[in-house]
Amino acid sequence: MAYTEEELKKELETKEYEYGFYTDIESDTFPIGLNEEIVVAISKKKEEPDWMTQWRLEAFKAWKLMEEPEWANITYPKPDFQAISYYSAPNSKPKYDSLDEVDPELLDTFKRLGISLDEQKKLAGVAVDIVMDSVSVATTFKKTLAEKGIIFCSISEAIKEHPELVKKYIGSVVPQKDNFYAALNSAVFSDGSFCYIPKGVRCPMELSTYFRINQAGTGQFERTLVIADKGSYVSYLEGCTAPSRDENQLHAAVVELIALDDAEIKYSTVQNWFPGDKNGKGGVFNFVTKRGICHTNSKISWTQVETGSAVTWKYPSCILKGDNSIGEFYSIAVTNNYQQADTGTKMIHIGKNTRSTIISKGISAGKSQNSYRGLVQVNSRAKNARNFSQCDSLLMGNDCGAHTFPYIEVKNKTAQIEHEATTSKIGEDQIFYCNQRGIDTEKAIALIVNGFSKEVLNKLPMEFAVEAQKLLEISLEGSVG
Amino acid sequence: MDLKDKLISSFMAFENKIDVEHPVHDIRSEAFKNFEEKGFPTKKEEAWKYTSLKSLQKIDFSIFPKEVNALENKQVKKYFLQEIDTYKIVFVDGIYSSFLSETTHDGVDICLMSAALTKPMYKQYIDVYFNKVASKEDSLTTLNTAFSREGAFIYIPKNKMPKKPVEIVHFSTGNEASLMIQPRNLIIAEENAELQVIERHQSLTTNEVLTNVVTEIFAAENAIIDYYKIQNDAKTASLIDNTYINQKSNSVVKVHTFSFGGKLTRNNLNFYQNGEHIDSTMKGITILGDKQHVDHHTLVHHIEPNCESHQDYKGVYGENSTGVFNGKIIVDKIAQKTNAFQQNNNILISDKATINTKPQLEIFADDVKCSHGCTIGQLDEDALFYLQSRGIPKKEARALLMYAFANNVLESVRISELKTSINRLIAEKLGVRLGFDL
Repeated sequence: MAYTEEELKKELETKEYEYGFYTDIESDTFPIGLNEEIVVAISKKKEEPDWMTQWRLEAFKAWKLMEEPEWANITYPKPDFQAISYYSAPNSKPKYDSLDEVDPELLDTFKRLGISLDEQKKLAGVAVDIVMDSVSVATTFKKTLAEKGIIFCSISEAIKEHPELVKKYIGSVVPQKDNFYAALNSAVFSDGSFCYIPKGVRCPMELSTYFRINQAGTGQFERTLVIADKGSYVSYLEGCTAPSRDENQLHAAVVELIALDDAEIKYSTVQNWFPGDKNGKGGVFNFVTKRGICHTNSKISWTQVETGSAVTWKYPSCILKGDNSIGEFYSIAVTNNYQQADTGTKMIHIGKNTRSTIISKGISAGKSQNSYRGLVQVNSRAKNARNFSQCDSLLMGNDCGAHTFPYIEVKNKTAQIEHEATTSKIGEDQIFYCNQRGIDTEKAIALIVNGFSKEVLNKLPMEFAVEAQKLLEISLEGSVG
Repeated sequence: MDLKDKLISSFMAFENKIDVEHPVHDIRSEAFKNFEEKGFPTKKEEAWKYTSLKSLQKIDFSIFPKEVNALENKQVKKYFLQEIDTYKIVFVDGIYSSFLSETTHDGVDICLMSAALTKPMYKQYIDVYFNKVASKEDSLTTLNTAFSREGAFIYIPKNKMPKKPVEIVHFSTGNEASLMIQPRNLIIAEENAELQVIERHQSLTTNEVLTNVVTEIFAAENAIIDYYKIQNDAKTASLIDNTYINQKSNSVVKVHTFSFGGKLTRNNLNFYQNGEHIDSTMKGITILGDKQHVDHHTLVHHIEPNCESHQDYKGVYGENSTGVFNGKIIVDKIAQKTNAFQQNNNILISDKATINTKPQLEIFADDVKCSHGCTIGQLDEDALFYLQSRGIPKKEARALLMYAFANNVLESVRISELKTSINRLIAEKLGVRLGFDL
């Protein structure tokens, strides 16, 4: 069948953001604005113990004194923190024992998202915790996990049922006062996921959380805490979407990873929040603090595919505290239209023989700006630290920009640091080669971009890798020219 | 009284000494206002994150040195290139020394900034070039502009080339307990002109010296300029070097910076490419020990298409020294087909030495080739062992490896006598005698 350019154009226009639907579920939303009462009310609503309420208030106090950071290479209208509702929960929620009790409309939402809570997904071996508008809706596969002693639940449940773990680790990697958005999150976080892998256990399946902002005028503040006890292993996936709205929505999450001795955590993110329409209207402001701490012989690996959000401000980091620990960061950041991304990582080498690898691929198209910002720090006692960083940028069209800001600070003579960065465009001869073999330009670009990002895509778990590839294609559609 | 207040009050005294009716004085007053508003940069500013000027500001520098400071030729002979003849513009405590200098007006003008600023025959150049590429925002540059009076002025007309290289040397005698000098240089090479300049700052005693120098360089079409900065000053001397280079089509400007001495050295090297097919090269060797601090900040702004820039900085850091490298490449939207390369390699030889490096790219054009590479490592143990096994003592073997490491930069020095002299400086710095010339 002949497939004309006209048809392609039409398809592209309609295909813009396929997750942009709004599920009409009655929500229980708090009045807009933020003050101590709201913080206390959120805490009450979640039936939290007193120490948690105090912890939130402490964070709120600190936040009031802080200023929004300005250093990032992004410009956006400052969100009005008093015009946001800080809590919104799907109403007909409470506790589900089986899927039958779940609001059918909600289930339908998940189906449209391609996330099915049904048997099929269970067969695929993914345990999913879904956070919709702040509240964790369902966690599948809980029983199988419980047999192994793995705790995987929403953080509010964890606060109630495993307070000793939460109390010990929450805020230990990202303190309340860490930065403006982390402080805000600490004060008002409404839900999130909690995961604990006991000593020596290898988690038999990928754990997955799904975030979605549904309600208009709400911010999403989720908090994720993953603890891998000695000698354990876990692979964790995180996916995000939001319906398209022409106002900006705020998302300020905090993720803390704790890898105790000999443990390994693999944390993968596919971020596909609504990026705004092609005129740069709307979209999600994504201000996320992610950090992990590695104890002796442990390993944390971050993999991220960032294709969504109007503004991304995100630096998944590793504190390599223990000797022989390893930190990895693999990232693809794609920006199109008016998107802006300032993302990268921090590798803090404290222990001896620590190693870190940074592979960052930035692709900018349309009128977007894409920045890599990273820090590699080797402290004076971090003997034999090793780092390899590579950041490559691909530019499509001359209205976009690619920026790199790598900071390298070394205080130990045994350190070996290598950093390289390149910026280039897709070669005309590459495209010509594909054309000549009957591959149209659009497909050729998708091919080349896939090749460019292969190193990172390879690091994603199977189920995600396919989705991520599709996402790349969608994000870059219409950018040929 | 801190240094800023002192400078502010000195400005009034300065105004009494100069012709305030002269149009240049408007530029000075404007610049002074900017400095008064901004003051000295602090570590809070991104560009000064790793370099603090705090301790310098506590020193009671004298701003206006005593007028007469004669130096004997033999006292300072070793600081000049000896094997070849050069034009010399020599300043002693910031004041021109005609006795030590050799200037010319024969076809080319190699003379003084003070003359250029006051004599009517130079007005045409001052109007067109003075303070035209130097920043009007940067506080230290405007501080220099406000006090600009003396320095080197070089004008090379179309198709001309001076017979020999030019040496610009600043001596400080230590007649003052502590001295701050602010030389201002203006270098203009017209179409097809060629020029080689060597700049050096030398303190003759251990008294504190702070130099805040601004150099403006204009390279017209097809001009070729080689600029060498030798920074091997006493351990009590600090230098803030602000160099601004404006290049036109097909011009080639190379700046080599050799940083071995000094207490605190900050190099702000800025290239602006206003034309096509321009080549800008920045190279540097830094060898530090003690508590020395060297900060290289480079900026290449690719404004037009089809240009190139090359950066290659090598650093060896020992003892408690600190090295900073911040290289910034900006490629404008229309600057297609730009090739910009940046390389920064460092060797740490002490546990107390620190390196902070930030090679930065900001690219707005899509058809470009830009890359930066940065490494931090040690000397190769195997190579060291190999040399030792061939009977070369450890110290010499290390020095040999460091030579090899830095050789890329030395290779492109086009004055062979200068190369020899830098080799000698490196050997001295590494504490070895090598039985060969590179």
